[in-house]
Amino acid sequence: MAMIDISVKILRYQPGKDEKPHWQVFNIAVEDESTILDVLNEIHWQHDGTLAYRRSCRSSICGSCAMKVNGRNVLACETPIHRFGRKLKIEPLSGFDIIKDLVVDLDPFFAKLKRIRPYLILDKPAPDKEFVQSPEQLEQIGESTLCILCAACSAACPSSWPNSEYLGPAALLKAYRFIFDSRDDGADQRIEIVNDKNGVWRCHTIFNCVEACPKKIQITEYLSRLKVKVVENSL
Amino acid sequence: MKIDEARNYHKIDAVIVGAGLAGLRAALEVAKSGLAAAVISKVYPTRSHSGGAQGGIAAALANVSEDSLESHMFDTIKGSDYLADQDIIERFVNEALKTVYEFEHMGVPFSRTEDGRINQRPFGGHSSPRACFAQDVTGHVLLHTLYEQCLQHNVLFFNEFQVLSLLVSDDVSRGLVAWDIRNGGLHIFHARAVLLATGGYGRAWKITSNAHANTGDGVALVLEAGLPLEDMEFVQFHPTGLYKHGILLSEAARGEGAYILNDKGERFMKTYAAAKMELAPRDVVSRAEQTEINEGRGIGGKDYVYLDLRHLGRQKILERLPQIYDLALNYLKVDGIKEAIPIQPTAHYSMGGIPANVRTEVIKDAAGTVVKGLYTAGEASCLSLHGANRLGTNSLQDAATFGRIAGIHMTEFCRENNFAGLPAQPLEVAQGKIDRLWNGQGQERHAPIREKLQENMTKYLGVFRNQDDMLKMLVMIKELQERYRQVTVDDHGDAFNLDLIEALELENLLSFSEVIVEGALARQESRGAHFRSDFPKRNDGEWLKHTLAWRRDGKIVLDFSKGVVIYPQYQPQERKY
Repeated sequence: MAMIDISVKILRYQPGKDEKPHWQVFNIAVEDESTILDVLNEIHWQHDGTLAYRRSCRSSICGSCAMKVNGRNVLACETPIHRFGRKLKIEPLSGFDIIKDLVVDLDPFFAKLKRIRPYLILDKPAPDKEFVQSPEQLEQIGESTLCILCAACSAACPSSWPNSEYLGPAALLKAYRFIFDSRDDGADQRIEIVNDKNGVWRCHTIFNCVEACPKKIQITEYLSRLKVKVVENSL
Repeated sequence: MKIDEARNYHKIDAVIVGAGLAGLRAALEVAKSGLAAAVISKVYPTRSHSGGAQGGIAAALANVSEDSLESHMFDTIKGSDYLADQDIIERFVNEALKTVYEFEHMGVPFSRTEDGRINQRPFGGHSSPRACFAQDVTGHVLLHTLYEQCLQHNVLFFNEFQVLSLLVSDDVSRGLVAWDIRNGGLHIFHARAVLLATGGYGRAWKITSNAHANTGDGVALVLEAGLPLEDMEFVQFHPTGLYKHGILLSEAARGEGAYILNDKGERFMKTYAAAKMELAPRDVVSRAEQTEINEGRGIGGKDYVYLDLRHLGRQKILERLPQIYDLALNYLKVDGIKEAIPIQPTAHYSMGGIPANVRTEVIKDAAGTVVKGLYTAGEASCLSLHGANRLGTNSLQDAATFGRIAGIHMTEFCRENNFAGLPAQPLEVAQGKIDRLWNGQGQERHAPIREKLQENMTKYLGVFRNQDDMLKMLVMIKELQERYRQVTVDDHGDAFNLDLIEALELENLLSFSEVIVEGALARQESRGAHFRSDFPKRNDGEWLKHTLAWRRDGKIVLDFSKGVVIYPQYQPQERKY
């Protein structure tokens, strides 16, 4: 462990004060094992208290600290600075309104989640104990349930940028997660929602979401399975 | 303008502070009844730290081997080192199965047995495989499922709001005042019933598994409102914190068979808990680790030991423990399939908190006098379910079960009681906190004060404690509280003022930390997670009782007249594993 000098360029924006976002450079010394979050904390705690960013768990499970570093969407807490060298360029996720500095408005992102009815829909009464679900049936949805709703995928999606109506990869992945859950009876309702030009068909299999996902979820593959399901359902 | 005409005034039946498992479960219960339920959270709900829980949720389903409610009850009592109240544990184990089946019916993707039932794994201090799990992301899937249920049932969410004061007077809760983090500005929440589900207080330590958000805000607000806290000295140190970071590597690793090794490559738990080995309760394992480290048998003589997964094999590690594998790889560049993982004890779970009865009603004294309309559940509360030491996987079960119970009783209360009147100047306390940080003349900054508190709590109030260390800590906390009066913030903006929030959180950390130290100093015995090197034995004759603490005239006042509820069939015994 050693101290190194780094140069950190951050996109700053304070509503009411700044007309538009602008870059600010901080030249600081940090430990070489630091994460991006450690760097932001160092700046915020020691150099400039006005810097704003979201963070909470520090262990890549809460999804608060997704941001763009040197052009890539990452979770700040789990990303060591040595991935990028000594020059860092940190900016908020693209495609969302900036509230302040690195903090963006995720309300539209969460609103889309609600649109796909993200809860088990049952036509049958629940059993006294658990529903029987085989390990193979669980495997269908297992990886999709690891999504932490960090929005890194949506922010990396070229189909999402120009079209705020597009449901986007995270909400569609959630639709997949419920439609392919062996316990669920709500597939028809959800298929109607995603079978739309701003639904699953807006996904052009660009794979940016997969590259951006900190949980390495094969989102594009699941969205493709969803497309097949939609077509099968209409036959 | 009258307060109730103001833009930032909200009149809602049930207001729930905290969007973790306890808060969301309570909100869901109230909303399903048709009453209005609002959740106020300093983070988006899915960011809550319940999502950080990894290994499982306890319930004696007996899906993979024999089990019983009596066994779950006894394990929890013994794990608590006999400080837990047994009426609470009885209610808990009786509701636990229902809680898990209910989660499954909501769609939680539990890992499965070959025949399609909920799978269960062993966990420390539990005498059967009782942990229902979803890989090693159990808290994550429970939290997301509950959030989604709340969306379905139209729970109101006030995301990114920081509560600054409770409106409690004459033993009646009237509501609270919160700061809108995103836009700035104070809001009054006028409620029939308020639930404090604000989580634990582990951020008082430097090495901690807790999230940045876990600053014990609810606990500090209760103290500020003139109400007591209970058993605050009992804080669990988790044995498998990732070295230097403190973040959690689940006990599920040991449940799946992982070893803990010292510098000589020995499974040293054989010296400390020969029967249970690595699956002894957390207090026992953390003490063993710290002893090995203190006696020079840490790795290379340093302050860590190894968690060794290698013999589990690649397939089991990636199937059952993928999160743990990724954390070690990302943070320490250690490949858990090929290398042992450096670990150290990390401040993890707050057994102490806001005292409440089995109905989750907040109480204001040892006699159990209820504060009308005020409830608490989850890690913020002290019922006391976990006593002096919590068993792994009992926390998710606690939060969900007592969250539901809180929701049931809040609904009843709301149906029977009107809104209590607000005080004449409801904003006064909250506004005073903001004004001092914005308009004060002092030159202190919050960060160095917090760092000094956290470093020294780790140093002096850790796994092993003694009077000299704790007296040093007490003096230091008082100095830091003095310095805090001179804190001002750089950021004077309304929008997402992180500077302001962190300064407000620091006031909370400094406030309840004093209670922790006072309680730990007074309790001259060793019980569960509270170990005094100068009083190394449990002393049931003098100390089989709860600690209540108030702040009165700036001083912490302690009361030990609240006894422990003990059933005749579960009398205290020597605790061996």
